[in-house]
Amino acid sequence: MKIRLEEIAHARSGDKGPHSNVGIVFGHEDVYKWALAVLTEERVKKHFEAIALGKVIRYELPNLWALNFMLGDSLGGGGSLSLKNDAQGKTHGQALLRMEVDLPDELAEHRLEL
Amino acid sequence: MDRVLRVANGQGFWGDSVEAPVQLIRGGGIDFLTMDYLAEVTLSIMQRQKLKRPETGYARDFVELVDRVLPDLLEKKIRVISNAGGVNAPACSKALKDVAAKHKADIRIGTIEGDDILHRLDELIAAGAPLANMETGEELATIRDRVTAANVYIDSFCIAEALDKGAQIVLAGRVSDPGLALGPMIHAFGWGREDWDLLAAGTVAGHVTECGAQCSGGNYSRWWQVKDYAGIGYPVVEVLQDGSFVVTKQPGTGGLVNRWSVCEQLLYEMGDPQHYISPDTMVDFTSLSLEDLGKDRVRISKIKGAPATDSYKVSISYLAGYKASGQLTVCGPRAVEKARAVAGIIWKRLEDVGCSYEETNSELLGIDSCHPGIAAPPADPPEVVLRLSCRDTDRAKVDRFGKELAPVITNGPSGITGFAGGRPKAQEIVAYWPALVPKELIQTRVTVE
Repeated sequence: MKIRLEEIAHARSGDKGPHSNVGIVFGHEDVYKWALAVLTEERVKKHFEAIALGKVIRYELPNLWALNFMLGDSLGGGGSLSLKNDAQGKTHGQALLRMEVDLPDELAEHRLEL
Repeated sequence: MDRVLRVANGQGFWGDSVEAPVQLIRGGGIDFLTMDYLAEVTLSIMQRQKLKRPETGYARDFVELVDRVLPDLLEKKIRVISNAGGVNAPACSKALKDVAAKHKADIRIGTIEGDDILHRLDELIAAGAPLANMETGEELATIRDRVTAANVYIDSFCIAEALDKGAQIVLAGRVSDPGLALGPMIHAFGWGREDWDLLAAGTVAGHVTECGAQCSGGNYSRWWQVKDYAGIGYPVVEVLQDGSFVVTKQPGTGGLVNRWSVCEQLLYEMGDPQHYISPDTMVDFTSLSLEDLGKDRVRISKIKGAPATDSYKVSISYLAGYKASGQLTVCGPRAVEKARAVAGIIWKRLEDVGCSYEETNSELLGIDSCHPGIAAPPADPPEVVLRLSCRDTDRAKVDRFGKELAPVITNGPSGITGFAGGRPKAQEIVAYWPALVPKELIQTRVTVE
């Protein structure tokens, strides 16, 4: 079934110098394991292609059923140099939760309340 | 029974709620209150203030808070740890002493110094610390004459030392943000410099709470599930000797603490989670175990740490030119097309008077300023906000930009409004230069009086 990531996860983002990071936490271990194969660095880079001009790096946190993405060069220089409205990437987590994915039917029961 | 140490955070940044710390103190049931006032750029502002008036250079808000709550602090025996000392902890201490005298109270104040290395830069470079930019590798020489502040993120044992010596209020400058919470744990439990797991545990507790309500319902993805945002409770951690702790908030407050709120904050401003470097240790965030106990209580345990690195991180600020931003609201049929045209007109007029910039930015708020390419914008919205910005080393050009927004309301397309607050003025850009310095070159001083 087609869903947006907001149905199966929470996210938070912030700045790391000229880069931003987006942490995404899944609601169930099985969903996390499925996401490992789906939310690749390439897929996330494509999603953020107009924002992350640099490299996207993924870190795994299996203990929290979470992934952490570094979005390279995504803040127009970052900090006080940036001319962007969202100079600190505060909203990048919400941008990731808009991503549409095809959730296998057997994981549908792990959707979170909207 | 194991002793439980309760550490609360009432301020996540300079500008955070002024009521939160008061609520925490009056609500009681806490041993230590931490208050974070410093962002990277704040110290630069404070150095400037101090240059003009030597008795300034610290967070005045903190002094006002203590004036408001001192009787409660003393009655409830709550000790406060803050980085409000900025670049002039002794002056902040003196201001607090004056406040105490007004309340006819005597308080012991600890000050921590040695983090400010602005006056030592050349000496440190000569001693073999090049202070090159950690991100880019550039030499400090490229910005040396424009440096406005330089502070070392010093370790948390200096906070513990001030508490050991009986300080009721500890004033630091640039310590690490999680260190404000770790310091009292080192003091209370006697953790040692090589107790890496325990230091890592205290650092995680500090990381979870350092942004105030961001772990108790603030900035929460499922915001519609949060009860009573207006009365949101700020976080309290209940720590045991073995480093395990419960994240919670005071009874009767709004917000929520659950697995999600804590997980979201654990990941905030995170780089490589297995190598989270602090002045005190290196934390592995993939090691910790998290358990939602219900009733706004989340337990974290089994945290693993590794030896600290042999250098401190340095936060250097420098002047990097000027910038300005201004907004116009563009309404009517085909508002998006019209707003783009308005941007073109303004930039052309500036170009015609010789104003080209190192960087410009034209954004349509409500359309694509935050999530370009991700969410499809509405086809024909009734109005959009045009936000224009520029950056340059020439201040006059940036100020000239500010004069070119209002005229377009009468000499450009119809349906433009929302130009309030006067002409945008050039703001100085204080940029951030992260560097490293060997620990043996930094000496800290702790004074309690």
